[in-house]
Amino acid sequence: MVDTMPKSGTMTDVVLRAKECDIYYGSYKAVRDVSIDIPRNKITAFIGPSGCGKSTVLRCFNRLNDLIESFSLKGKMTYHGQDLYAPDVDPVEVRRRIGMVFQKPNPFPKTIYDNIAYGPRISGYKGDMDELVETSLRRAVLWDEVKDKLQESGFSLSGGQQQRLCIARTIAVQPEVVLMDEPCAALDPISTLKVEELMKELVQNYTIIIVTHNMQQATRVADYTAFYNAQVTEEAGGKVGYLAEFDSTEKIFNDPEQESTRDYVTGRFG
Amino acid sequence: MTADTPSPPPSDRQRTPFEKGLDRFFEGTTLTFALFILLLLIAIGLLILVDAWPAIKEFGLGFLWTSSWNPVAGRESYGVLPMVYGTLVSSAIALLIAVPLGLGTALFLSENFIPLKIRTVLVFMVELLAAIPSVVYGLWGIFVLIPALKWFLGLFGIPFTGPSMLAASLVLAIMILPIITAISRDSLAALPPELRQGSYGLGATRWGTIFRVLIPAAISGIVGGVMLALGRAMGETMAVTMLIGNSNTISLSLLAPSNTISSLLANQFAEAKGIQVAALMYAAFVLVILTLIVNILADWIVRKLQAKY
Amino acid sequence: MTAHSEASAHSFDAKSLKANRSSSRNLFNIVMTGLAGLCILLALIPLVLVLFYVFANGFNRLDLDLFTQLPPPPGGTGGGIANAIGGTVIVVAISTIISVPIGVLCAIWLSEFGGDDTSIDEYVRFGVNILAGVPSIIAGVFIYGIMVRPGRPGYSALAGGVALAVLMLPTIIRTADEALKIVPQEIRWAALGVGASKYQTVLKVVLPAAIPAILTGVTLAIARAAGETAPLIFTALFSPFRFNGITQPIATLAVLVYNFATLPFKAQQELAWAASLILVLMVLLTSIIARFATRQKTY
Repeated sequence: MVDTMPKSGTMTDVVLRAKECDIYYGSYKAVRDVSIDIPRNKITAFIGPSGCGKSTVLRCFNRLNDLIESFSLKGKMTYHGQDLYAPDVDPVEVRRRIGMVFQKPNPFPKTIYDNIAYGPRISGYKGDMDELVETSLRRAVLWDEVKDKLQESGFSLSGGQQQRLCIARTIAVQPEVVLMDEPCAALDPISTLKVEELMKELVQNYTIIIVTHNMQQATRVADYTAFYNAQVTEEAGGKVGYLAEFDSTEKIFNDPEQESTRDYVTGRFG
Repeated sequence: MTADTPSPPPSDRQRTPFEKGLDRFFEGTTLTFALFILLLLIAIGLLILVDAWPAIKEFGLGFLWTSSWNPVAGRESYGVLPMVYGTLVSSAIALLIAVPLGLGTALFLSENFIPLKIRTVLVFMVELLAAIPSVVYGLWGIFVLIPALKWFLGLFGIPFTGPSMLAASLVLAIMILPIITAISRDSLAALPPELRQGSYGLGATRWGTIFRVLIPAAISGIVGGVMLALGRAMGETMAVTMLIGNSNTISLSLLAPSNTISSLLANQFAEAKGIQVAALMYAAFVLVILTLIVNILADWIVRKLQAKY
Repeated sequence: MTAHSEASAHSFDAKSLKANRSSSRNLFNIVMTGLAGLCILLALIPLVLVLFYVFANGFNRLDLDLFTQLPPPPGGTGGGIANAIGGTVIVVAISTIISVPIGVLCAIWLSEFGGDDTSIDEYVRFGVNILAGVPSIIAGVFIYGIMVRPGRPGYSALAGGVALAVLMLPTIIRTADEALKIVPQEIRWAALGVGASKYQTVLKVVLPAAIPAILTGVTLAIARAAGETAPLIFTALFSPFRFNGITQPIATLAVLVYNFATLPFKAQQELAWAASLILVLMVLLTSIIARFATRQKTY
């Protein structure tokens, strides 16, 4: 029903691929039959109504759902062709390549410097830490605001600054992919704009997937957009999410193929 | 329906001054009882100080570093140094054993190493450990722990007479372990889940996350718990009294009998007369001050925890 | 549309994601998990051993005589601990009658009025914390000084009960305070909203809603108090006889265990184990009941 790749536009290399994935919490099926290819060095947005499973799929890509005891996945998720859920794969290695930025800014109760240095330290980085901290903060366009107070707590920053600190913290590990789970949901419009500009900068070096409730945000930043929808099931438990349509952002917002996509992007539901 | 004299709606009724007075009276009564707690604390401190006064006048601060305790009439001398030493050393050894064990237990019970159902049972069992009366631990220590220690040390040819600092400290460790576990587990559980996810999201391992993020973030709660446990260990009486041997001398050997302030009180109060009562009150006062310092420190540290989250 | 390739070689050198079981990082994790598991094992061994020995040594004296007879004279056989069982009930009842009203009223002020005057509120809370940290033997010393020492009435069941009440107070205040706090704020607003005065709101709406949780806390506090020994040994003292009025010394289970544990007579030691078993059973039972009681919440 849905192609694994965007219908139009030119695709380059595929970094992440999900193939016929069903996601369960216990016996409850949360997401069904998702197949999608995430292109390299592009921003891919996941949009859709609440409870359609977009965050769930996102968290599967770096195995963060492993933290939930009842979670299980059927189907295949690959990263450069390697099965992410093969029994001999170390989820820690996965998360070092595929970083994550969360909805709520979540700095550690440490200094700004130590927040950035945390990731590199745990992965045994041997190089010049000061330089890495500076580069990461510069890339996150936060350097000028914090360079004089690197030894202050991460909590001393404003919400928008905290979120950029968390982005800097993620890219300090130098992952290949950055997953962003509604990174601007808790931010004011000006901070949101800054984070969006930052994403456009970062995409030259990183592959980014962003989950967003804000359709304008998807049109502003994303190269590709995947629309997830939820379907009422006859089983007790209610809804199951699925991938309705995946295409270039332009196509999704101007000329989608599915009726439901059109209804959603024009604001008729969701 | 004919209502000759319709009763006025409830809203028409005015509150009488009596009712308003009742409200005040109620608040005043509860406040009195709240203040009673503070009064009680002050009374405890004052009464012990007043009853200890004859001894304080007689022995002064020298009481603290005199090491003989002799209530025999005519040759009386009172010094509390061996008991202070015993109190501090037995508590320190107990902490040395209970802190790593308690923290390890807390980590094991706050992380998802094992299914939640089994964890709930284990948490309950650790709580039970705290609920068993002190005197039962003492009885168990006399008839089970001491013979076991005697046998074990005998394997290495070490002579062991029985009641000793070692036996008392081991039982103390068992008794304070649940306090450390409960408070550490609470402060770990109070951390926002985003912290853990953030750390995992950066590719940290489980124990990397525990050591570098979770423990530092919860450290004030953990230290506060350890301080509370220390206060409890210093004041613990029955099990220690039954196992420490009650010998008022300082011995560096852990296998030798010793004494603590609370054991001294437990042993001698029932038969004390004259200046001995005052001397015991003086010793009790020293114990109150010691535990007060530790508990105030614990209270202060735990309060600091709430500042961050 | 151009080629879609799931490329790895020519685009990005995908380092292996394979777990390396022998890497120092993984070894460290396995070792640490093992150590934490060992900690809980070591922590629970004493519990199992204490329960085992108390049951094994106390069970064979759990007969009718135990509940009806007095302890035998030194060197005698058999006997029971009827006086100590009754004594514990009496002393704990005295302490409950004293501490529950004081504790609940104090908690009502803390949770319902305390917010109005934050400085007193803080002092009282601090006081409760400090009182909770006062060693149990100090409660005994305090009551000894007031009611027992030479020149005062002397050893009595009443003195023992008051000493236990001092110990029970902080526990009761804390549990009652928490029980009152979890009563939803909306309930208070609803009562005040229909024109109830403050005392009516608290006594007729808030307190009844909190009663089950308060009762649970009181039950736990009673079970703990029954096992307390230190405050009793020189207030209630001990008595080889049956109950003789609350102004007389009285036998309790906890002090009986302490006194009989060190006697060289087999009959007395057996009674000490049996008394321990009763204390432990009581604690076990109340803990389990409290656990189930707290599961059923009104709100």
